[in-house]
Amino acid sequence: MTPLFQVKNLTKFYGNRIGCKNVSFDLYPGEVMGIVGESGSGKSTLLNCLAGHLAPDAGEVLFDTRADGMRDTVTMSEPERRMLGRTDWAFVHQHARDGLRMGVSAGGNVGERLMAVGARHYGDIRHKAIDWLGRVEINAERIDDRPSAFSGGMQQRLQIARNLVTGPRLVFMDEPTGGLDVSVQARLLDLLRGLVREMGLSAIIVTHDLAVVRLLADRLMVMKDGHVVETGLTDQVLDDPQHGYTQLLVSSVLQV
Amino acid sequence: MNQEYNFAYLDEQTKRMIRRAILKGLAIPGYQVPFASREMPMPYGWGTGGVQVSASVLTPEDTMKVIDQGADDTTNAVSIRKFFEKTAGVATSEETAKADVIQTRHRIPEEDLREDQILVYQVPIPEPLRFLEPRETETRKMHALEEYGLMHVKLYEDISKNGAISTSYAYPVKVEGRYVMDPSPIPKFDNPKLEMAAIQLFGAGREQRIYALPPYTKVVSLDFEDYPFEASKADHACDLCGSETSYLDEVIMDDAGGRMFVCSDTDFCHSRRAAGHVGAQGVPFEEDAA
Amino acid sequence: MYVAVKGGEKAIDAAHAWLAEERRGDVNVPELSVEQIREQMTLAVNRVMAEGSLYDPDLAALAIKQSRGDLIEAIFLIRAYRTTLPRFGSTNPVDTEAMQCDRRISATFKDAPGGQILGPTFDYTHRLLDFKLAADGEAPEAPRRETQAGPVPHITDFLNKEGLIQTEADSDETPRDLTREPLELPADRALRLQSLTRGDEGFILGMAYSTQRGYARNHAFVGELRIGTCAVEMDIPELGFAVEIGEIELTECETVNQFAGSKSEPPQFTRGYGLVFGQTERKAISMALVDRALRWKEMGEDNMGAPAQDEEFVLYHADNIQATGFLEHIKLPHYVDFQSELELVRKMRAEAQAQTMPEAAE
Repeated sequence: MTPLFQVKNLTKFYGNRIGCKNVSFDLYPGEVMGIVGESGSGKSTLLNCLAGHLAPDAGEVLFDTRADGMRDTVTMSEPERRMLGRTDWAFVHQHARDGLRMGVSAGGNVGERLMAVGARHYGDIRHKAIDWLGRVEINAERIDDRPSAFSGGMQQRLQIARNLVTGPRLVFMDEPTGGLDVSVQARLLDLLRGLVREMGLSAIIVTHDLAVVRLLADRLMVMKDGHVVETGLTDQVLDDPQHGYTQLLVSSVLQV
Repeated sequence: MNQEYNFAYLDEQTKRMIRRAILKGLAIPGYQVPFASREMPMPYGWGTGGVQVSASVLTPEDTMKVIDQGADDTTNAVSIRKFFEKTAGVATSEETAKADVIQTRHRIPEEDLREDQILVYQVPIPEPLRFLEPRETETRKMHALEEYGLMHVKLYEDISKNGAISTSYAYPVKVEGRYVMDPSPIPKFDNPKLEMAAIQLFGAGREQRIYALPPYTKVVSLDFEDYPFEASKADHACDLCGSETSYLDEVIMDDAGGRMFVCSDTDFCHSRRAAGHVGAQGVPFEEDAA
Repeated sequence: MYVAVKGGEKAIDAAHAWLAEERRGDVNVPELSVEQIREQMTLAVNRVMAEGSLYDPDLAALAIKQSRGDLIEAIFLIRAYRTTLPRFGSTNPVDTEAMQCDRRISATFKDAPGGQILGPTFDYTHRLLDFKLAADGEAPEAPRRETQAGPVPHITDFLNKEGLIQTEADSDETPRDLTREPLELPADRALRLQSLTRGDEGFILGMAYSTQRGYARNHAFVGELRIGTCAVEMDIPELGFAVEIGEIELTECETVNQFAGSKSEPPQFTRGYGLVFGQTERKAISMALVDRALRWKEMGEDNMGAPAQDEEFVLYHADNIQATGFLEHIKLPHYVDFQSELELVRKMRAEAQAQTMPEAAE
């Protein structure tokens, strides 16, 4: 099997400071990769470089495109990259308001990606939006309400629906449960796990919360000071951490 | 007065600069060409873009017509027509068929235009995406990358809120399958007429943009398959000339709710009445003239 | 019968006649001469020249007379007139160090070579209405002293000698011309300064004030404010050298602003710059503050989301001729747009009613 996504020696500096350095990994279709580390470890920088929001200083970010197979998305033209961003890729922001149009109804939010790729039948768009609101457990009656009238958990679920409606092949998630209450987090995680399995999604999830990756990720990458210090299967890394820093991370969770 | 200014007010260098912008606009239909708009002796927002475009395409032999809201005798149309009479000394006419250059605000004449005519629109806000995205730097990128999803989100929101697309004028169009364009605040009734034989030039002075539609350019009003675009007008006939196909103004006659509907295109109405048509509240043409 | 939109031409002529009468006012009161306006309403004349981008006190005074004292209207007249003037060429940059200063003050140094000159300023007057002036406007002659010959160095140059203030990069590049090319973003500093110097005084003042109140605060001091006359020189190709073609009065302001320094640069001061036609110091100081706020990117400062940091916002809204025209155009007839809205609302109301009717019948 060929990988869906390949990262080779990705490096990003902020002046003299390292953002992330020499990161390489492969991601296979249907696989979920977790990237963990404290804040400042470079995990968000890495994710933004992967998703094309930041230009890396060196390295390749290859994606198995439908039309031309493996392409380096770093050297791709901006229109092509933006096209990927609204078709085969999706990005779930930590704060729902960064990923939603707060002045547009829930239905419009879900429908935008469909219309961006050419959907021109109002009834179909609306039908699909209702279907997706249901899948993220939002009552269909709320379809014409604006996200500003939604709770934090609902906003996050709406953001997920908006991202998944076009059936992307790769989803980037930045602390998807970050700003939510613990009980709301659990429900969202359940939902995400269901969707990932059901749709066979490939995903890269950045988080500092080991419980999130325990539930969702097949594989883990541990980052510290911009470097990857340990990789492996999730259970393996969490149950038998090799690197001192990972051991510290795992034990700090256990103490809580 | 005439001798103190160059023909049609602008100096020749400025006109050449504007003509270059017009040619570029014609070469890329629907694309907004930046141009160095000059300060004109009428305020921004009152037709400075249209005036500069007209000044650049006028020749001394041309006959010019100016309409505002479809009428030749509205105050701003009069003011602009006088401006060209004074600074260019060109002949003017209220008859659509006799005009070589027609400058308009908010209407397309009812009578079909010909290949040897130029229709110049005054444009307040040339950017169709402006009220969805206030930043010029961002909207230019959206045009360049053909990212028009947001435009349909606006139409979607209209339908979900009102059950219909509630844009009734300045209704956005797609030109030759490429650029989304603002046809200026003409009523959507006029949108189908945008595919015509004449050259159409759009000038936005304050926003420093010129864009154009060459003759017979394909212009499609944006819509949904199940909510198709509809060119609507008041469900009446003109009370003066009886026309059932022209766009109508509503005129309040008294404080008891009495009103009448009359053609917004005054020349069209006039010529129909001259040809003997009489509307429900009209009087025969000869009597009125007497 | 139907007359609503007819008679536009007659109405306009009558309105113009009435306007002319109102401009003249009571004929028993002597008429203002253009010279009186030029000499006694000088600061208004200066503002009209600055924002009209045309240095001609007589034309500016005429514009003020014609516009009944509405300065934005006067600026508009000047701008429209300016459009018709052919361009013969460009002058060399004015040398403000060689300015004949009427006023020169610094808030950062008590004294400096060249001295402080208060000049004709309102600063230390008590703002009490002078009723004597109503009857008699003659003023006694002000005391005089000899001016120093030779150039007056800029205060910031003294700081520059110690490396305490950022050096501005010299460039021989001809800057883009806001009045000959469309404004395209991003705008470099030269273009921003052009926009600010002809921008509306009230708008620039408001923007500057907002930076002082914390919306992108940049801790400005007036390093130097100078007002005076400068020679304008132009290279004449046929002669092969520059000749003086006239003199203009200018107000120049350089602010000294804090800068914390970065990894690559030690802490030093930075500057904001204002240069405006005539004696227009409120405008020049405001301009310097806004200029400094707009430089956040090159200074590596944070974008605080403040209006004065937003180049697109400031440059697109600073011009009062653009603003007033667009604002006032909503007075123009909009029958056609309004008619189509009217029909749509009626149609939607009818549909809504039709939907509720069957329920009511049940």
